[in-house]
Amino acid sequence: MGKLFDYRTCPTTGLRVDRAAEKLIKANAVVAIVFLAIGGLFGLLVALTRWPAVHFLPADWFYLALTAHGLDVLLVWIIFFEMAVLYFASAVVLNSRLAGPKWAWTGFGLMLVGALTTNVAVLQGGSSVMFTSYVPMMAEPHFYLGIILFAVGALFGCGVFFGTLVIAKRDKTYEGSIPLVTFGALTAAIIAVFTIASGAIILIPTLLWSVGLVSHIDPLIYKTIWWAMGHSSQQINVAAHVAVWYAIAAMVFGAKPLSEKISRMAFLMYILFLQLASAHHLLAEPGLSSEWKIFNTSYAMYLAVLGSMIHGLSVPGAIEAAQRSRGLTKGMFEWLRKAPWDNPAFSGMFMSLVFFGFIGGISGVVMGTEQINLIMHNTLYVPGHFHGTVVAGTTLAFMAITYLLVPLIFRRELMMKKVARWQPYVFGIGVAGISIFMMGAGTLGVSRRHWDMTFADAILPFDYPAAAYMMMGLNGIFAILAALGGIMFVVVVVGSVFFGRKLAEDEKPSYPEVPPESAAVSHYGSSETLKIPGTVFLVGIFFVAFVLYYFVNWKYLSEVWPLS
Amino acid sequence: MALTPPSERIWWRQPIAKIELIWIIVAFSWGLVMFFMMIYWHGAGKQNLSNEAYQIKPQAFARKAQAMIDEYQVREESGFPVVRPPPGSDVYLIARLWQWWPILELEKDQSYRLHLSSMDWQHGFSLQPVNINLSVQPGYDMVVTIKPDVAGEYGVLCNEFCGIGHHNMVGKIYVVE
Repeated sequence: MGKLFDYRTCPTTGLRVDRAAEKLIKANAVVAIVFLAIGGLFGLLVALTRWPAVHFLPADWFYLALTAHGLDVLLVWIIFFEMAVLYFASAVVLNSRLAGPKWAWTGFGLMLVGALTTNVAVLQGGSSVMFTSYVPMMAEPHFYLGIILFAVGALFGCGVFFGTLVIAKRDKTYEGSIPLVTFGALTAAIIAVFTIASGAIILIPTLLWSVGLVSHIDPLIYKTIWWAMGHSSQQINVAAHVAVWYAIAAMVFGAKPLSEKISRMAFLMYILFLQLASAHHLLAEPGLSSEWKIFNTSYAMYLAVLGSMIHGLSVPGAIEAAQRSRGLTKGMFEWLRKAPWDNPAFSGMFMSLVFFGFIGGISGVVMGTEQINLIMHNTLYVPGHFHGTVVAGTTLAFMAITYLLVPLIFRRELMMKKVARWQPYVFGIGVAGISIFMMGAGTLGVSRRHWDMTFADAILPFDYPAAAYMMMGLNGIFAILAALGGIMFVVVVVGSVFFGRKLAEDEKPSYPEVPPESAAVSHYGSSETLKIPGTVFLVGIFFVAFVLYYFVNWKYLSEVWPLS
Repeated sequence: MALTPPSERIWWRQPIAKIELIWIIVAFSWGLVMFFMMIYWHGAGKQNLSNEAYQIKPQAFARKAQAMIDEYQVREESGFPVVRPPPGSDVYLIARLWQWWPILELEKDQSYRLHLSSMDWQHGFSLQPVNINLSVQPGYDMVVTIKPDVAGEYGVLCNEFCGIGHHNMVGKIYVVE
């Protein structure tokens, strides 16, 4: 058979790698990391300003930096990287050529132009409206235009992904069903289409409003539809980073999912139930009934949360089963103790899993409870929660898989291995600290998106308790740690990509260690004999923590002024 | 592995391990508990957000607030009127760039129908240190029945970003015996 497309054969996996796909993965990942660096820098400036003893930026720059921080990391970094994940999970994993690379490059161009346009709008100073850009506060027209262009570009990327699945199926480049990782990526792409449609429905009228062609946009309608984009896009992240967890478990341990059926069902739940989820941003709004709020905030009785809890057992369970089948069977935790903790792909992935569950996951469900939301809405608890999900969860997982992509896709040897080894710990612990201390400050009532917690220039005085100041100081310290971890990541990856030793065409990378195909664990014994006591124990701790924390917050709620 | 097609082609017929099944049942039941807890609290709990809201023009809301201020103002503080409306009455709090207007003086353990609306952009009613947080929208009048149960001086902060004066938007509620 002749070469139908320009490919090389991967010496590690034996898979054909479409060079067009490879170039796109590289371009998207590099741009993603550039925006991570920019957005991260803005984030550091924000944290230093909110540290009362430092109070770094003046007020106008603070609100500008906060707007840029949200856009560049929550939107631009993550979506660019997700495009790389989509192309990897389709063309590379399925051993196929990429559908319409020209469309993919057009999408890439639109996303880049859109991201730059919005960044310019923000830096010009007339669009410090925060990431949410709630009307009737108005930004410059090119602020909205940039986001729309970015979203259209991302839609092209999703189309290329779907097209690649069709081509791979037609050309029979794989046997049977698509791999679980591709299934997870498919989940993310389907949710992305819904997300982008919601964004278009609300941002196009808002753009017209900002140039004077539409006279009025109802703030509640805006908020409702905006969050159908804003929250669903977070579910893209969850689906994508869970797929990345499975991918890393497969690459580092040769781990096989405990049950294909269960893991796929859990992904499917994200699609079926998340569209109801924008409601938990609207729990403190007037004009929406409690029935609507309860049904929707719980994603129809917590079925999407159930999906995440299933992955929370099956991802570590798959790792434990793989390790045990290699003979690491002593006691409950030999499999975990002897895991490759010096491999940044593994350590990053495992911390991402733990922090996403314990910090981001539990706090999100608690905060999304109709009544409990009253004591948390728009306090710093909210950013505390989503730094646990999006940074400690998604960003850390994406960083972890980058350590595997550098040798496998960029074909460069990883430089500064000692720095790489420590990077996930520095970043992960920094972000965990940020999340926890912001949640602490939020519990004490500190507002989010707020320049001066001392209220020095306000006509009427107000003082937060001293503990709140301590929380914000600790938040600043851990933000510096996280920023250090971010810099380490950028230096290692950018350094390796541009200056690392080029791997020969048929050379297998030696670091991070990836087990050869033959080491893949295909069977753990029958379903009756599956033994994963360590995972069960960890999941048990998680569940107890969840239940306790949930009811503690009902107790806090019961102590505030009665209201009805 | 998760990067290759399932090793058993008919993977959907593979039996589920007992431990996974148990966890699914536990997690699903916990979801039900959390779901019904919200409904239960509507009956048994004392802190619920009302469903009462009206569409209203900002000027109309401002007129109602002004009528209350004219009738029940007791003193002035830093340029803000301090208003002491009778227990059980309708109390209006205006959110605007960048103040909460007026200052309210309420009696402990009495109920008030608190009306919240914005004159301009979105604002966030953040009552501290009790930490009750509500959204305040332009064009909507949200009515919340509150019953302050501890006397003292409370701050009303804005926790929805509303421009460059956002951090100076501080109001006050007094609760007296």
